[in-house]
Amino acid sequence: MFDFDFFVSTLSPIARGLEVTVEITLAGTGIAMVLGLVFEVLRRSRFRVVRWPVAFVRDFIQNTPLLLQAIFFFYVFPEYGLFKLSPFVSGIIVIGIQYSTYTSEVYRAGIDGVPAGQWQAARALNFSRTDTWRRVILPQAIPPVLPALGNYLISMFKDTPQLLVIGVLDMVGVAKAIGSENYEYTEPMIAAGIFFIILSFLASLVVRRLESRFGAHL
Amino acid sequence: MHFIDTLGHGALTTVKLTVYAGLIGFAIALVAGTAMLSRFVVVRFVARTYTEVFRGASELVILYFFVFALPQLFDITLSVFTGAVIALSVNIGAYEAEVVRGAVRSVPRGQTEAAIALNMSPFLRLRRIIVPQAFVAMLPPINVLTVQLCKATALVSIIGLTDLTRASQDIIELNGQWARYAGEALIGYYLINTVINQLFRLLERHFKRGRDIGGTVRV
Repeated sequence: MFDFDFFVSTLSPIARGLEVTVEITLAGTGIAMVLGLVFEVLRRSRFRVVRWPVAFVRDFIQNTPLLLQAIFFFYVFPEYGLFKLSPFVSGIIVIGIQYSTYTSEVYRAGIDGVPAGQWQAARALNFSRTDTWRRVILPQAIPPVLPALGNYLISMFKDTPQLLVIGVLDMVGVAKAIGSENYEYTEPMIAAGIFFIILSFLASLVVRRLESRFGAHL
Repeated sequence: MHFIDTLGHGALTTVKLTVYAGLIGFAIALVAGTAMLSRFVVVRFVARTYTEVFRGASELVILYFFVFALPQLFDITLSVFTGAVIALSVNIGAYEAEVVRGAVRSVPRGQTEAAIALNMSPFLRLRRIIVPQAFVAMLPPINVLTVQLCKATALVSIIGLTDLTRASQDIIELNGQWARYAGEALIGYYLINTVINQLFRLLERHFKRGRDIGGTVRV
């Protein structure tokens, strides 16, 4: 049956796992925000040799599971005698890359939402390509999609437990370790679950604030 | 050479999990999604709580809950496969419920009014008028979620089911060829999801036929 004392004793180690979860989410979000934009801008390249491979890579990453990507990434480089990254760093990179494929779709919507006249005006004013992107298009494309990017931050937060397959000790990783030590998964997993629900709920309130601030619906 | 069999069996489990949980999840979503639009506060509250809880918790936690905690708390026996299907269904169902809710609300109000004028019961109204129209709007987001579901099935490898991910790991344990067999499993998922995307494209085309959807209403 449910052992309440055991449940309480799991809370503090799991809260320490929370720190790892949050760190990975924030660093992963940083990668996803930048790389997603790079993906989307490259996908709009004038050159087919750039466009096609980028589209394929993005498609491939998007249609394969994070869990397996983490395993692949973490073990393949050492197999060829190359560098070996820590589980923590590998996790950040893999989750950042996976989510950059999602954020690139978000940026796509944002960039498509900029009226064609803006491109034409930038050309008429003799802006270079870089300046057109940097000064005209992106400042208009990004703010409306911020809430949508925020939603991906929440789902990234919920995806970090998958990284336990490469040995990352996030909340669920800790819960699983406690569980296998005591042959009892119920209490630690319920504890981790409660943490998740509370935090995702808080995060969704923040995203809703963003939504009302920028007033976009995507 | 027999490794391809191992991967094939694993892939079959992955496909089964995706199909079962996809169908059950959609059924749950239809109920929960329309319940969120109910006139009754209690019904709305229950449906809301369900979606918030299962969208808020991590998939892996839900999986552990249904496979390990639930059977123990309520003293029932579930096979790992059944537990996994239930966990994946209620999770994807919560996401799809939001889709159903949005799609039902996107059907113009006049349709409901006309159905009321024709003296249809609330259930008949949903079944014959609202849902068929909402269905077309649901397809693209459900497609995205189904791919997400297929990817989420990889989690069952952690709790001991031999899906495509587990199968590749089993092989690697024998021969240590990470790049090759993890790579083949990745390609396997890519192929499965490509098929899913194509199926949804066909469905969309089929259900859009003869309808004036996506553009402005022409009078």
